[in-house]
Amino acid sequence: MPVEITASGIPLYALPALWPALPEIVIAIGVLALVLYGALRGERSTGDVHYAALALLALGFVLVVTSPAGTEVTFYGAFVADGFAKLMKSLALMASIVVLAMGKEHFEKAGIARFEYPILIVLATLGMMVMISANDLIALYLGVELQSLAAYVIASFHRDDARSTEAGLKYFVLGALASGMLLYGSSLVYGFTGTISFPEIAMALSDGASPGVIFGLVFIAAGLAFKVSAAPFHMWTPDVYQGAPTPVTAFFASAPKIAAMALAVRVFVGAFPTIVEDWRQIIVFIALVSMFLGAFAAIGQRDLKRLMAYSSIANVGFALVGLAAGTVEGVQGVIVYMAIYLFMTLGVFACILGMRRGGVALETIDDLAGVARTHPGFAFAIAMLMFSLAGIPPLAGFFAKYYVFLAAVEAGLVTLAVLGVVSSVIGAYYYLRIVKIVYFDEPKGAYEPAPFTLRVVITASTAFMLIFWLAPAPLVSAARSAANSLF
Amino acid sequence: MFGFGILFGLLVIPLIGAAFILMLRGDDEAARSNARWAALATTAVTFLLSLVAWARFDTSSADFQLVESHAWLGETTLFSLGVDGFSLPFVLLTTFLMPFCIVASWTSIQTRVKEYMVAFLVLETLMIGVFVALDLVLFYVFFEAGLIPMFLIIGVWGGKRRIYASFKFFLYTLLGSVLMLIAVIAMYWDAGTTDIPSLLRHDFAPSLQTWLWLAFFASFAVKMPMWPVHTWLPDAHVEAPTAGSVILAAILLKMGGYGFIRFSIPMFPDASLYFAPLVFALSVIAIVYTSLVALVQEDMKKLIAYSSVAHMGFVTMGLFSLTPQGIEGAMFQMISHGLISGALFLCVGVIYDRMHTREIKAYGGLVNRMPLYGVAFLLFTMANVGLPGTSGFVGEFLTLLGAFQVSFWVAFVATTGVVLSAAYALWLYWRVMNGPLVKPELQAIKDLDSREIALLAPLGVLVIYFGVQPQAVLTAFAAPTQALLAYAYPAVTATAALAGFQ
Repeated sequence: MPVEITASGIPLYALPALWPALPEIVIAIGVLALVLYGALRGERSTGDVHYAALALLALGFVLVVTSPAGTEVTFYGAFVADGFAKLMKSLALMASIVVLAMGKEHFEKAGIARFEYPILIVLATLGMMVMISANDLIALYLGVELQSLAAYVIASFHRDDARSTEAGLKYFVLGALASGMLLYGSSLVYGFTGTISFPEIAMALSDGASPGVIFGLVFIAAGLAFKVSAAPFHMWTPDVYQGAPTPVTAFFASAPKIAAMALAVRVFVGAFPTIVEDWRQIIVFIALVSMFLGAFAAIGQRDLKRLMAYSSIANVGFALVGLAAGTVEGVQGVIVYMAIYLFMTLGVFACILGMRRGGVALETIDDLAGVARTHPGFAFAIAMLMFSLAGIPPLAGFFAKYYVFLAAVEAGLVTLAVLGVVSSVIGAYYYLRIVKIVYFDEPKGAYEPAPFTLRVVITASTAFMLIFWLAPAPLVSAARSAANSLF
Repeated sequence: MFGFGILFGLLVIPLIGAAFILMLRGDDEAARSNARWAALATTAVTFLLSLVAWARFDTSSADFQLVESHAWLGETTLFSLGVDGFSLPFVLLTTFLMPFCIVASWTSIQTRVKEYMVAFLVLETLMIGVFVALDLVLFYVFFEAGLIPMFLIIGVWGGKRRIYASFKFFLYTLLGSVLMLIAVIAMYWDAGTTDIPSLLRHDFAPSLQTWLWLAFFASFAVKMPMWPVHTWLPDAHVEAPTAGSVILAAILLKMGGYGFIRFSIPMFPDASLYFAPLVFALSVIAIVYTSLVALVQEDMKKLIAYSSVAHMGFVTMGLFSLTPQGIEGAMFQMISHGLISGALFLCVGVIYDRMHTREIKAYGGLVNRMPLYGVAFLLFTMANVGLPGTSGFVGEFLTLLGAFQVSFWVAFVATTGVVLSAAYALWLYWRVMNGPLVKPELQAIKDLDSREIALLAPLGVLVIYFGVQPQAVLTAFAAPTQALLAYAYPAVTATAALAGFQ
């Protein structure tokens, strides 16, 4: 290939600017060092690697937060660091840190604490950061695969447990299928536009899209829907959530969702802004199906993790309502939604991890019976998180929904908004049922005292739910400026 | 003080009381007693502060007063508070009734007293917030948030079918109000703000008005409740603890009526005129049908619940007559019904605490053993029927007067409801109080004690005072009613003036 000047003005033979990707590079080098250290010292290193991984993620978080404002493109246009990436990366990193910190006791008590787990979490996080910053189809696929491959392994981390291995296998097979669809779609888009870069695809499509591009777009949408576990590509979610060790489920429900949603926003808003009308109908359909499926299917669940799986499907549906709008307000809504969803999910999973009686981790909703008598604070936290998930004001979950519906109505998607709120009422039923079990039923006995980290996470997330409405401005305006960086 | 006004104080004081109660340690009798006294003191202080607000309020002005604004969701959605003649009486009603709710639960609530008191105090903040919010989103937040404490109050301290009732209450009202959320958002994009005074001056396109009106109607009609979406109310009333029933009947239902007068009628005048016949039809059905249903009830609370639905029918009929008499009468009816139905539920609570049943059949001839109770129950029953001299009469009379100007037949059919209400109320009184006292378990029943007298006497005094001096309340409604009709319904006001009704 002859030397040429790309659209971004960088000669191909020059070393690309590395500092926009500084957090990723630091984490990548750090995690490789951890692999070496773990391999050399073996099982004794588990504790060290755990804390080192936490420190590494924290360092990455600090680097992301302190990175300069403004948009930087590097690696020949494959990687973009902008306000949107900064916010989403800090959310994803925060989720990974919290999940890693609160999972330690669970793995130790289950006797499956190994040094690979923190390393895989860090690798998955690295994949997510690449996903969030992806600016072309190759980087997109790289990020998705790095995140997914690490995720497949940790899903089956409890390798002596049949359900955990089943979860990993199921996740892998279906995930590979989704990756295939993503690749096929990408190749079609490349074939019909002649470029893999998102901005150049957008330029190529400025006069509308040929059926071939639309066809590719549908496949990309399907692949992304799988990654965010949106219906009708959600089938893996309940089984994987139920089978995987609980901290891993907490991870799947939080950080990768942020990254995949950020990626979806970047693909649709970044690469296909000129054909909003074409992809909007796909997103509207996915959002509607997800919201209703999540609401109805969760009603019959007795396993908390399974219930949270359907809840996350419904939540992704709501977030996609914002994406369907395709406007700045819509992206702002998606960001606010995902941020609040993150706090709710981490809080709920901290509660689930805290349910332990006689050395056994409890996972069904009946185990919550009458907790209000034995652990009033814990019960209050669950109740607030559930009301928040149901979207009842003044809790944070309401504002999450408020902002996505605000965008949807502005974009004229009133029917979608109306159906969305109706599905939220249906969903309220199963959240209420948990509150009912916690407060109205007879207690079954006290839990073991929860570890310190869990109590911190539960308290922090509940406080966030309660206080957010008094000062929503910081998150909302941060989301606003992040969304602006995409347009 | 610190840029925060009286209304903000009204919102914060109950929360401070709730936080204080949460900090109390232990669950022994001393802690319970502390929780009760703390809650009583908090509600009393809140009431006193609301009296200060009333003293500073100028009833001759139709403007929003005591206005304050704080930063909130953005430049166009502020945390703004304020009251006018429509809302301040409801604030006073709320703060006035809260101490009664606390005292009514003094002995009947023995489990989880702290949580109970906290739930009520939080509920008080949210109810006051509904009436003082001057921002549509803020209003919605308060309007919906009240579901949480009420759900817990019914579900934790309620009767046998409490779970069914609490779910029905929650989901029913939630489904009604989420549609309002979409309307709120649509109004924001149309007017560019959610500030209520600005929205009151904004002209919505007639086609948009229709949809917005229907969305708000879905919410307020369920809350009110209007026939045929009233079915959650009897269940919720029957299962809620006494104080919960009082709050439901006296205040939560009034949020529906308040919503109509604050939003639907002034903001969507075209749609309100268009849909007025529908509201009349539903109101008249509510008045007649639920009165008939009340006749055959065997549970006292259920009977009063159905009578509430019927009385709310008068309110909606009066509001949508869009005449000064109708609107003022409807507002008066809501205040008066708040006092009367609250008192009636307290009366039922009195004998429920003694006998632990609300079956009408389980009683009979109580007047022989409980003369004081007989007097109180008779007074409130008569007020419920609308006997002249009690506050119940004024509201019904004025709403009928308003409806009569619009449609003879609406007023005619509604008047038969008055007769029916006399029938079920008197029959209830007869079956419970009169006749010989034959049931052996009732032989030892005690008359009102001093706590119960202290509960019922002030309500009785107010019911009679407002009955003979309705101007005390009506003055507050006059100015905003006039301003509303003159601004939003110039045509209607003009014809009414021509016909000599003004």
